[in-house]
Amino acid sequence: MKKTMNLKPMTEGGKIRTPLRLLLIVLLSALAAGLGYAVSTLSSQAPGLSEWVAANLESSGVSNPVTAVLLNFRGYDTVLEMGVLLVALLGVWSLGGIPEQRESSAGPVLDMLSRLLVPVLILVAGYLLWAGADAPGGAFQAGSVLGAAGVLLLLAGWRPEPRFAGLPLRIILTMGLGLFVVMGIVSMLMGGRLLQYPRSFAGVLILLIEAAATLSIGMTLAALFRGSRPGAKLDR
Amino acid sequence: MSPPSLYALVGIGLFTLGLYALIVHTHLLRKILAINVMGSGVFLVLVALAARAREAAPDPVPHAMVITGIVVAVSATALALALMVRVRAETGRAELPEKRPE
Repeated sequence: MKKTMNLKPMTEGGKIRTPLRLLLIVLLSALAAGLGYAVSTLSSQAPGLSEWVAANLESSGVSNPVTAVLLNFRGYDTVLEMGVLLVALLGVWSLGGIPEQRESSAGPVLDMLSRLLVPVLILVAGYLLWAGADAPGGAFQAGSVLGAAGVLLLLAGWRPEPRFAGLPLRIILTMGLGLFVVMGIVSMLMGGRLLQYPRSFAGVLILLIEAAATLSIGMTLAALFRGSRPGAKLDR
Repeated sequence: MSPPSLYALVGIGLFTLGLYALIVHTHLLRKILAINVMGSGVFLVLVALAARAREAAPDPVPHAMVITGIVVAVSATALALALMVRVRAETGRAELPEKRPE
């Protein structure tokens, strides 16, 4: 079942009449000018929150400020973001699945390349995860690389074993959010606030959460690419 | 004009171009692409404004927001594409009707 997306050329697709289109261009130019004015009149020196972050970096458990903000100072952002990923995947799965575009096997080049690249990608993801504590890197970057490895495998025709596609897959998908929420509740029970890690082992906790989040993000991205729920029968 | 505000202006330009394409085109795939271009513009503005910190290192808070935003944008795009494929399967076309149903 092969369908090509029919992208009509611009002149045919947009049926908006010329005066309306001119009005739209004028309005959007005004919007762009206003936004540009607002941005260009901002002072060129604004530390923002960077001084606060630098002052509290010691207590965060990591020395990369971006990781400190993501996993410690604004951890709730990251919790909700993992939730968004999961909800998006649920939405895609609940749409009843997308028909497989092609059943033919991948060519020998893609097959060989995926065998070479996927182990390297997994290594890179592990490195990025570890380096995120004190250098650019972290759970999202590592998760994206892992997701890319999954996409490559899917393109090369690999499908998860049915044994793996059931409960184990779902555990990995929800692991990041689950561990994060459990940590938040435990930190509240121990007398702190939500996601307030104890200072002495904040670094270990962050690495643990990041590892789970990396696996979840990578798996979710690959599952989003695949579209349909593994093992699901297409309802049409 | 300092480099940060130049990058921010480019980001605003991207946002406006994306908004124009979002309104003008009726094909859903083009609309999804337009939303992604708009998002890239917003990320560029955030990263550019983060570079205004006095120290050598930029403000990490907008950077963290952009990292979060990129992953959210990717997952939202996937959901939108799945919806588009479903619309195409139901109606046979992936475009909005040109005339509003009365």
